[in-house]
Amino acid sequence: MTDTPHDHPADHAAPGGDTAPGDSREALLSSLRAYIIGLALAILLTGTSFWAAGTHLLWAPGVPIGLAVLAVAQMGVHLVFFLHITTGPDNTNNVLALAFGILIVFLVVAGSLWIMANLSANMMPLEMMDLHRQH
Amino acid sequence: MTAAAVHHPTTHHGMPAASSAAGPAPKRIIIAYGFWLFLLSDIVMFSTIFATYAVVARATAGGPTGAQLFDPVNVAVETALLLFSSFSCGMMSLAMNARNRSAFYVGAAVTFLLGLGFLALEMREFADMVAQGATPQRSAFLSGFFTLVGCHGAHVAAGLLWLVVMVAQVADKGWRRPVCHRLMCFSLFWHALDIIWVALFTIVYLMGGR
Repeated sequence: MTDTPHDHPADHAAPGGDTAPGDSREALLSSLRAYIIGLALAILLTGTSFWAAGTHLLWAPGVPIGLAVLAVAQMGVHLVFFLHITTGPDNTNNVLALAFGILIVFLVVAGSLWIMANLSANMMPLEMMDLHRQH
Repeated sequence: MTAAAVHHPTTHHGMPAASSAAGPAPKRIIIAYGFWLFLLSDIVMFSTIFATYAVVARATAGGPTGAQLFDPVNVAVETALLLFSSFSCGMMSLAMNARNRSAFYVGAAVTFLLGLGFLALEMREFADMVAQGATPQRSAFLSGFFTLVGCHGAHVAAGLLWLVVMVAQVADKGWRRPVCHRLMCFSLFWHALDIIWVALFTIVYLMGGR
């Protein structure tokens, strides 16, 4: 592999071209730590989800809600530790956009389920439709 | 917002002006924000497919149900592959930040192989289902299943293609700023796919396989 001029050591001082020089090593170690914490939490939450779905030890009707909580927690872990959505000042716009996205996702999913459940409850059962056709 | 902060560097609405006091946000932040908006719109698109699936999940039309079709071990392996692929993608970004080429290539190769393994398992699962007669035409449930899981799989396939292109760009152009920005967008994309997979394996496989 031949290195291009852009691999010049001078580039090492400015990772991404935007961060301050000198703090690169500590920054690297702290982001490595964040990824490892995120991975550990994600494994824990995923493992719990699969265990809860397969076991007979838990009260069965409560399991889907537990699974939903675990999934939301894991999505939060991924957002914070992998996508680096933080409360930092340069992240305000990202957080606002995320909040709007969550609102739309909630409206689409909850709204669809609500409307379709209502429709299904008000619709004539198939057997009755057959009776109507016979008479 | 930024223009105002440049002229009034100390406060903005009585709050410390923080990063905006330093002038316009760096290009890296702006690009990440734009790509984040795209990812959110992609997630909104997925939410419509999730809603469709949730509505038709019980409509099996006398055909096979999720509990009969899904193999929990296969799903657990797929989940592990995608999670570790997300982690190695993070390691790849750290290698990029450190301008370490060999570590970058190792990270990219591991990410690619784990992603490819995920896709291979998913394709095998689809082929097994089709062989059992559980095709998308069989029932509304299966149409919804193949649309949702297939759409995620298509995203993973596109991500793998993107990763190959990015490795070629690093090999060819080196650590130029646009290349680094594209790599940052790729890692955001890859992590977002893992978030969608979390919702997917919970709703489709864990809740639907019971």
